[in-house]
Amino acid sequence: MSIDRPSGDVVLSVRDLEVSFATRRGRADVVRGLDYDLRRGETLALVGESGSGKSVSTMALTKLIPIPPGRVTGTAMLDGQDLIAMSERDLLAVRGRRIGFVFQDPMTSLNPVHPIGRQLTEGMRHHLGISESDARDRAVDLLRKVGIPAAEKRLDDYPHQFSGGMRQRVVIAIGLSCDPQVLIADEATTALDVTTQAQIIELVNQLQDELGMAVIWITHDLGVVAGIADRVMVMYAGEIVEEADVDELFADPRHPYTVGLLKSLPVLGAFDRDELAAIPGLPPAPTDLPAGCAFHPRCAYRDDERCVSERPPLREVGGDAGSGHRIRSFYEVAEDDRRAAATAGIAAPEHREEDAS
Amino acid sequence: MARYVALRIGQSLLALLGVSIIVFALMHLVPGDPVRSALGTRFTPELYAALVERAGLDRPILVQYFDWLGRAVTGDLGVSFRTGQPVALALGQRVGPTALLAFGALIVGLLIALPAGIVSAVKQGKAPDYAANTFSQIGVSLPDFWFGILLILVFARMLGWLPPGGYASFADDPAAALRYLLLPAVTAGVVTGAILTRFVRSSMLEALNAEHVRLARAKGLPWRYVLRHHVLRNAWIPIITVTGLQLGTLLGGIIVVEIVFSWPGIGRLALDAVQTRDYPVLQGAVLLVAAVFLLLNLLVDLVYARLDPRIRVGAST
Repeated sequence: MSIDRPSGDVVLSVRDLEVSFATRRGRADVVRGLDYDLRRGETLALVGESGSGKSVSTMALTKLIPIPPGRVTGTAMLDGQDLIAMSERDLLAVRGRRIGFVFQDPMTSLNPVHPIGRQLTEGMRHHLGISESDARDRAVDLLRKVGIPAAEKRLDDYPHQFSGGMRQRVVIAIGLSCDPQVLIADEATTALDVTTQAQIIELVNQLQDELGMAVIWITHDLGVVAGIADRVMVMYAGEIVEEADVDELFADPRHPYTVGLLKSLPVLGAFDRDELAAIPGLPPAPTDLPAGCAFHPRCAYRDDERCVSERPPLREVGGDAGSGHRIRSFYEVAEDDRRAAATAGIAAPEHREEDAS
Repeated sequence: MARYVALRIGQSLLALLGVSIIVFALMHLVPGDPVRSALGTRFTPELYAALVERAGLDRPILVQYFDWLGRAVTGDLGVSFRTGQPVALALGQRVGPTALLAFGALIVGLLIALPAGIVSAVKQGKAPDYAANTFSQIGVSLPDFWFGILLILVFARMLGWLPPGGYASFADDPAAALRYLLLPAVTAGVVTGAILTRFVRSSMLEALNAEHVRLARAKGLPWRYVLRHHVLRNAWIPIITVTGLQLGTLLGGIIVVEIVFSWPGIGRLALDAVQTRDYPVLQGAVLLVAAVFLLLNLLVDLVYARLDPRIRVGAST
């Protein structure tokens, strides 16, 4: 798989990443051949339904999944070193140091029995080998950076003394604490109310500009994607079904699944639509994937030959070669349908004016 | 924190007052006439009247209660119907052996439960987990009288390593005290350990699966550190609660074990008092056990508050 883009500033290069779990009902293939490059300063959004493999695929990069029963193959080059081939010992030096993590639920991702200062400093002390007081100074800076008022006074407070939004800021500060090259934000705003969500997204955008790190933003919320991403990968049944720059994805979606997702979004002020267009059926179980294209049972575009027998490759589509717009489907969505999806999408109005052709 | 402590102490005292009412009512609720049955064959109308008057049983019941309560507070729990010995003294003699056995059993129990529970949680679904589960299943269903007798048979009769029963004071002769203690402590400790193993395992599992443990791992902290500071530290809280309650049960007297090993504990004293209808002794024993249980609960809660900042701060704001 070649991606025709400059690769000089690639931070993380993932090739043929596969994750499977041994289960009672057989092998569950939860990530099936992921290829992508993450560039410095870029925000890559991983979008998909629950169970599409978006979280697992990033957790697997540093083996934060139970192994066994989990199994990870492929390569993930971070600065020329393959994470997948690394020993647990070497991975300890990557986790939290070169790859920072922010998880979904700020109510549970902080340990209730330790003050937040300690939870911030323990990683820094471990990775950077700095003294307790230096680590505390850094922690205060970080808390300020993420917008926690009176930071120096709050280091010894416990998580329950903070609101949900403030806690997520603390979790973000932890993720940033060792200046990682890559920040993986796994549904980082999903548990927050919309106002707080917007603040957190703004914060990450701003910190990213400041620090130049790359961000993988995992979400099932296309609204968040529009607000934060440079590039989007839509995942379905453990594989990428469509990948494009964010504007292109919203303006000119090509994969039947992406189009279905966009059409299923509610639009403020669109009174003419009585109900949301849902994609019929359910995603397949990872232990029982359909033959051929994994999406074919739910797809309006399928034929009954290739789609049911042959797994479609990820192929380049769209006008300019090298735009990096790829889909995993034998068929592209018809143009009028694409346009309908683009207008239906929650994307900002400017996306709707762009022409699909 | 101070307010929380005061609140909990107040609650404990209130509970103790409730217990005292029940204990006092015991004397009056049991069928039959306690004085009469205590006298048994020695019964004469004169003796009966004298005893009733001495016990104050001819006065209004509320007066009797406050009278009894007033004396109980100063440590005067009356005299035994049987022996004429002050109840407080009889209880006092049993406190030492009871505490020795209770703590001995608890130590045995924890020595089993902590490693077994922790290993079984960390190795969930693997051989050590199955071994620990099997042990706790057997331990919980093991009848203690049978297990005690088995130990006596093996270690006292067959091997002759340890005495089959009896008691020596720790202050007088520590070595002998330990020899007497070992078998009963193991008997009671295995059951305690089996119960505690399950709690240790489940609270460890809960702590292990907590989201903050995943974040701690994602920080790149070594597994041993995560286990110590983010799993064990959190798992302690429920473990300490259950351990405190277990200790309360043990301190209440493990009657069967005390009987099998001729151990002069509170449990046996209470059982004897029941059999001889020695109500003052029974009242005293129940009151003491209840007081100890409440005190332990209080201590557990205070430790809890130290370990879990949410409780501490929540109560003081």
